[in-house]
Amino acid sequence: MNTNASPIAQLSSVVKRYGNHTAVDGLDLMLHRGEIFALLGPNGAGKSTTISMLLGLVRPDAGRVELFGEDPQQLVARRRIGVMLQSAALPPVVRVGELLRLTASYYPAPRDERETAELAGVADLLKRPYAALSGGQQRRVQFALALCGRPELLFLDEPTVGMDLEARQKLWTAVRHLVAEGTGVVLTTHYLEEAEALANRVCVMARGRVLSEGSVDDLRARVALKRVRCISRLRAADVAAWPEVAEARDEGERLWLSTDRAEIVVRRLLDADAQLDELEVQRAGLAEAFTELTRAAEAPTADTREAA
Amino acid sequence: MNAVSSTVMSIAPATREMSRARVFGAYLQEARVECLRYLRNPGFMIPTLILPTAFYLMFGILLGHANGPEAPRYLLAAYGTFGVMSPGLFGFGVALSMERDNGLLTLKRALPMPPGAYLLGKVVMAMFAAAVVSCVLVLLATLVAHVQLSAAQMAALFATNLFGSLPFCAMGLMLGMLIKGSGAPGIVNLIYLPMAFLSGLWFPLSLMPKAVQNLALALPPYHLNQIALSAVGLGQSAVWPHVATLAAFSAGFLAIAARRLRRHG
Repeated sequence: MNTNASPIAQLSSVVKRYGNHTAVDGLDLMLHRGEIFALLGPNGAGKSTTISMLLGLVRPDAGRVELFGEDPQQLVARRRIGVMLQSAALPPVVRVGELLRLTASYYPAPRDERETAELAGVADLLKRPYAALSGGQQRRVQFALALCGRPELLFLDEPTVGMDLEARQKLWTAVRHLVAEGTGVVLTTHYLEEAEALANRVCVMARGRVLSEGSVDDLRARVALKRVRCISRLRAADVAAWPEVAEARDEGERLWLSTDRAEIVVRRLLDADAQLDELEVQRAGLAEAFTELTRAAEAPTADTREAA
Repeated sequence: MNAVSSTVMSIAPATREMSRARVFGAYLQEARVECLRYLRNPGFMIPTLILPTAFYLMFGILLGHANGPEAPRYLLAAYGTFGVMSPGLFGFGVALSMERDNGLLTLKRALPMPPGAYLLGKVVMAMFAAAVVSCVLVLLATLVAHVQLSAAQMAALFATNLFGSLPFCAMGLMLGMLIKGSGAPGIVNLIYLPMAFLSGLWFPLSLMPKAVQNLALALPPYHLNQIALSAVGLGQSAVWPHVATLAAFSAGFLAIAARRLRRHG
């Protein structure tokens, strides 16, 4: 979507090396307004390095990184972004309201405090010291700090780690609201269902390169796998040995398997177990697509996994 | 929800300009939050405020007169120096090394914080803490120990302590750039306490071996203490060489910190 509009951030042929490890290897990306862009990949894929370059924390060795047409190290460019990092220990004795006022002071036209607090669901926490909050509440405060400056591009790095289901749903709602306002979002997450629920565009990286980029549906379509679920007396260990079956496991009383030859597998299942019940066949989710894509790319080298 | 949805679109590029007043406001907020977080942190306030005050009460006032009539005056200078060392070393140095480790500095660098607000906020905090410890010690000296100080002497001591915290901010900045993480408080204590002792803040250098007396010349607290002694009327030599030495120390610390910053980012 929005591919005709000019990008608000982009990387062109970007390379970043750490010693003789190439963290990012000739990356091209474009980010647009009003779009949730999910950056996925196994540890060490180069996601963090990519985000760090977009935030101006790290300079590329080659290629260009632009944020609103400027070098991300320029303050003018960063005044248009909001940032929620994966790990940031905010000062423990400072109250939530004080943190909000401080962060809002960096921006030219921030939201007012009430609006920020309500959007992020921290309105009841403003007077509490940061250290007195639960992990999930601290994440919400960090989210509030990210959106308080009325950013045009919001970076969310693993935003819902440590949140319960309800808090996660609320954050998703708030993100969708911001996107409806025209904000662009860059999301990195290990929860593939989060990317599936939120993202318009998904980019899967491995070993510093883009493996696949497109909508969630595009990505799923690249993988021919289907999920088959049923209640059966067959055991996952036996079914896993069938040549058409990619993966099989027991999920409670159900047998779960993935395959690219669903028709053949279903016929074989029905032949093997006449009592088979509650049969379901579904197209693979983002999780299977992701596993399938990255397994192929990761296989040759296991040694690059450490450097994230 | 719809009430706010039109606002972002309507922001004209012009309002993305930060007015001078807003930039100044950001510096002010940063300094304010820095001060607040230390005022509320007993782990910082105890060494900075309570230790020098308690030492002064004990050795300068209760036991002071045993050391001669000028002991309360002499130790007012010494514990003042001792007190203004720690905001720079701990509030600046230890905090910096922790924040480099725990992601706070990374977040601040990613946010559009005005350049220098982070360091300036910490300098303001250190000077503020130095001002507080200085006032408390002067109050104890004049009201409890009845040290006679002229207004000019008080002003000179206050200024000495206030600006005397700066070389230790520079030293803290250097240490914070060299050390990373949770080992920092221990290492800084290992520098702070021996340095205070060897600079003659607790025992007069004249009672120490010649080697220690010579070593003291290479330690910043010795020079600050000499300036403070002059301020309260116990000066043994001209002030300017000590000021120049402290300035040189500060420049050296800053140069090392800057070099480290360039190499490691």
